[in-house]
Amino acid sequence: MNDKFLSLENIEKRFPIPGKDDYVAVTDVNLEIKKNEIISIIGHSGCGKSTLLNMISGLDAQTEGNILLQNKEVKGPGPDRAVVFQNHSLLPWLSVYENIEMAVKKVMPELDSSELRARVDKYISMVNLDHAKDKLPDEISGGMKQRVGIARALSITPKVLLMDEPFGALDSLTRANLQEHLMRIQQKVQNTVIIITHDIDEAVLLSDRVIMMTNGPHATIGEILEVNLERPRDRVSLQSDPEYIRCREAILSFLYEKFAKDDE
Amino acid sequence: MNNELIKKIALPFLVFLFILQVWAGISTVVEDFPTPSDTYVAAFGGINVDGDEIEGVLADPFYINNQDDKGIFWQIMESLKRVFAGFVLAILVGVPLGLLIGMSKSAQYAFDPFIQILKPVSPLAWLPLLLFIFQDINMTAISTIFITSIWPIIINTTLGVKSVSEDYMNVAKVLRFSPMDKIVQIILPVSVPYIFTGMRLSLGIAWLVIVAAEMLTGGIGIGFWIWDEYNNLNYHNIIIGIMVVGLIGYLLDLIMGRIADYFDYTKKGRA
Repeated sequence: MNDKFLSLENIEKRFPIPGKDDYVAVTDVNLEIKKNEIISIIGHSGCGKSTLLNMISGLDAQTEGNILLQNKEVKGPGPDRAVVFQNHSLLPWLSVYENIEMAVKKVMPELDSSELRARVDKYISMVNLDHAKDKLPDEISGGMKQRVGIARALSITPKVLLMDEPFGALDSLTRANLQEHLMRIQQKVQNTVIIITHDIDEAVLLSDRVIMMTNGPHATIGEILEVNLERPRDRVSLQSDPEYIRCREAILSFLYEKFAKDDE
Repeated sequence: MNNELIKKIALPFLVFLFILQVWAGISTVVEDFPTPSDTYVAAFGGINVDGDEIEGVLADPFYINNQDDKGIFWQIMESLKRVFAGFVLAILVGVPLGLLIGMSKSAQYAFDPFIQILKPVSPLAWLPLLLFIFQDINMTAISTIFITSIWPIIINTTLGVKSVSEDYMNVAKVLRFSPMDKIVQIILPVSVPYIFTGMRLSLGIAWLVIVAAEMLTGGIGIGFWIWDEYNNLNYHNIIIGIMVVGLIGYLLDLIMGRIADYFDYTKKGRA
């Protein structure tokens, strides 16, 4: 298998400011992501982690550098890089079922109606939302909405699943519940996942590697941490696991000693 | 019956009695001003002040004596037809134009100055010009209503398109929606409540304007009828006309509101 699944080469993102020098948000980012790897990108706000994700998704274009997915240049957004948005971005006039159906229909127009139905139902079941499939997004909880967002993203079998602070807007119990969902689903479908987060426990719990970003402007990758924990992982027993504690401390020290930020 | 309901019925009734008192007061001061009871008789029939038995405008709304003398029902129907014709034309032109202006910065730059300048012009200012162009009462009235109705529809449709959240467009981009997909699947569902708000505003103004327009064009229609009754010295019929116009305007708004709610996704599933 080709190790070079998704690669970022010398990525730089500048935003022009009229009458001044460009604002360099992210610079000199080089990263190789393996197939089926789960990566977290962590950093203080303003470190350009969302900018980085937007460049991978193609919603935003990098100023310099290349993004290659299976050796092909990434240009513009596409269903091979599904995004789970922080605010779920479900269409509020469509039911849970219709939100997923819309995506599948668009990406897989060749499916006949029974195949389509089976596929949508499969992904609704995967996030345990069979009972809510005919509900409108406004009628279900924030955690459930985010699960629909995940189901919608997975239903189009993307090569990479991009998650932009997917659980950031949720309370900690719901957040834990969704992390469990995500890990369980990941065991089943094996996807390449990139998660933007500012939650240290979330990063360690979910990822194979944690990418730590320095503060912006001129943000770049500071350190990369390998998380050598067996899967499936159990959040309770991990609390006393030396490897878990080591990883947590490494990130803590990076974020609060080496690259502390005063204004938060 | 609960307290709230009693208030809802009793309080308007008290105000109604007060209005009748003021009205009766005015009719003692202004010579020939119809009293409430004169007006009631003129509306529903009975013995009038001169001692004659009359039919009443609302008691026999369907009569047709000749081309120029028809019951109030036909006058209203004529006005409603014109309003709807102009209104529908305005929707057919205004919604696509609003979508275009909302989606394209260039279209916005191109059209916005004209909309801003033409919007505050009273539609009645157009009427002589339209009469000159069409040389036809019906076409003049319809096109006046068209001009009346189109601005709120364009402006609200544009507003609806602008209110489409960037997040939804990102979903569309990731799924590689075609421009048509974007319109049908995202922009229209978001805009529809705005479009209907515009339509509701338009219809309200159209109903205001038709009365004045028909006074100017003459022929037939509730506006003409009211003016004609002034010329015939039937002042009680003017009051009846005002009430009828008000009632129909209220019904139009009610129906339009219902239709708007039906298409508004934010009001679905929580009736």
